[in-house]
Amino acid sequence: MESPIIQIKFLSKQYRDADIFSVDKLSLDVKKGEIFGLLGPNGAGKTTLISMLCGLIKPTSGEFSINGLLYKNDSKNIKKIIGVVPQEYALYPTLTARENLEYFGAMYGLKGDDLKEKVVESLDYLGLLKFADKKIDTYSGGMKRRINLIAGILHKPTVLFLDEPTVGVDVQSKNVIIDYLKKLNSEGTTIIYTSHHLIEAQDFCTQIAIIDAGKIFAEGTPENLISETKNAHNLEDVFISLIGKELRDNV
Amino acid sequence: MYKLWSSIKKEVLLLKRDLGGLVILFVMPLVLIITITLIQDSTFKTVNDSKIPILVVDNDNGEVSKVIRKNLEESNSFEVISKPNENEAKDLVFKGKYQLAIVIPTKLSTDLQLKVNQNVNKIVSEFGMTDSTDVSSDQKIDAKEVKLYFDPAAQSTFRNAVKNSIDKMISQIETKSIYSAFQEQLGEDETAFQQESFITFKEITPKKGDKEIIPNSTQHNVPAWTLFAIFFIVIPLSINIVKEKNQGTMIRLRTNPVSYFTIIAGKTITFLVICMVQFYLMVAVGVYLFPQINLPALQIEGILGLMSIVALFAGFAAIGFGILLGTIAKTQEQSAPFGATSVVILAAVGGVWVPVFAMPKIMQVIAGISPMNWGLNAFYDVILRNATFLDIVPEISYLFLFFIAMILISLFYDEKKRAV
Repeated sequence: MESPIIQIKFLSKQYRDADIFSVDKLSLDVKKGEIFGLLGPNGAGKTTLISMLCGLIKPTSGEFSINGLLYKNDSKNIKKIIGVVPQEYALYPTLTARENLEYFGAMYGLKGDDLKEKVVESLDYLGLLKFADKKIDTYSGGMKRRINLIAGILHKPTVLFLDEPTVGVDVQSKNVIIDYLKKLNSEGTTIIYTSHHLIEAQDFCTQIAIIDAGKIFAEGTPENLISETKNAHNLEDVFISLIGKELRDNV
Repeated sequence: MYKLWSSIKKEVLLLKRDLGGLVILFVMPLVLIITITLIQDSTFKTVNDSKIPILVVDNDNGEVSKVIRKNLEESNSFEVISKPNENEAKDLVFKGKYQLAIVIPTKLSTDLQLKVNQNVNKIVSEFGMTDSTDVSSDQKIDAKEVKLYFDPAAQSTFRNAVKNSIDKMISQIETKSIYSAFQEQLGEDETAFQQESFITFKEITPKKGDKEIIPNSTQHNVPAWTLFAIFFIVIPLSINIVKEKNQGTMIRLRTNPVSYFTIIAGKTITFLVICMVQFYLMVAVGVYLFPQINLPALQIEGILGLMSIVALFAGFAAIGFGILLGTIAKTQEQSAPFGATSVVILAAVGGVWVPVFAMPKIMQVIAGISPMNWGLNAFYDVILRNATFLDIVPEISYLFLFFIAMILISLFYDEKKRAV
């Protein structure tokens, strides 16, 4: 049996001055080629978990490996094979799309004609080639979202982390983004994805984990989760059934 | 290496896109240096073009007041305006219309002469050289007081300079009167006593070859304000870093296989180039523009290389500080005012405005650990003290160590922050 591409063992994170753990002894395996959805209410620990897996913050305890490399020993090599698409537009607004992408591509070690070709190819696929030399601050939200995505996948990562990649975009942009992600996945990229769009996740993900209070409440394929939950017709029903209806406002 | 090159290219593009900011970065230091040098030039000029109007109330109308007036007029620093009334003069000065009023008391000349005569008579009679029993020798003569009224806004340096020169003037008059009284008593002719000062002083300035290095406003101001401008790079640099954090681009970069050191190196090289361009622009202004506006030209013959080295290391220090500030600050509202204020404080502590030797002891100690002071001393060593490269090695080493320390603290802070 093939070993999981991501292996998380008892991973915990307690922020300084926080009373509770944002991620609490969480263990999880993600198989190669999966589109793995991390779903949960606000403050469930999704972003904290992804931030640890990307190396943005350090775990309080526990460990994880990506593609067989233990993060605490091999973070440099892990960063070469992962791609990250953060929730905010992590782009330079006064640079053009091409300049942004060529810069971030270079940071992933791409260079020369290979870099230029990959930028053009991605821009073309996501319908932005004709705006390649326009500054980002002239782009609409949907266009920025697409550039934000390209900046994280130019190097064709083995594992791609997506934090709410379609938030705040129109249906057309969302469809283009989802199609592109499916194409990437079909080419071998494993995707870890967080979202509040449960219907989108139901269609897009091959595996789902519902987390709350830093712990996994349920895990399985969307179909299994729906069928195993009483009176559930879709993932939203599963979610409400597991997490409850109360608001999760927190500061 | 390609990552570093791409980082530099990105920094240049970001600067280019903010053309207004870039122009300000280069133009404002030039405006600053021209303005300050024009203002301070009068301090250094032997012949002053702009005379300070002052009031003189002459209640004496005698020989002494005539000499005081003559000396004031000949000093070329003051335009003497007579006022008959002390109260009127006082009001005008206290309202700030004039910087200074000098009130010469009544009978100053006659009483001074009487007092001197009394003293001389006493000395001469003690030696038995005369049988004179002058009736005036017992007469009580009150001490005289020359009153000085200063505009309350006048700075203490100006007050002290005026007080010193008036004091010197009065001493000379008294001495002359004493000599004259002795001459009269002893019946000598005027050539018996040489009344010229026996002790004089001569200022010896360092030489570069056959040429004397005479300090002028340009030689003082260009290095001082160049350094000030170089350190102002702290503001755009820290804003640049804070923006990257707030835009999320720094988050993306942290997930990329690129070290924070490479990102910092890209910024350091780019902003160092800016510092050097700033420096050469200011030197060019000192050399070519200043003579056109009647300011002394900056003499850079044979020292431009050493000056460039000092500017380079000062740039390193400034960039290190900017990177630390940008790393620690969370918002532009934190970094910009803090950066601006701290640069002004560093300049003040470093001796840009007030020389370090004139500062209180505690501030002199603090100045010793101010990068602006190391830079300023290195510049003065090169421009005014005829220093060699070896002479400035300590100062530029301190500047570079400061840069290294700032970068290490930034890296440490960044690492700590990720362990939140």
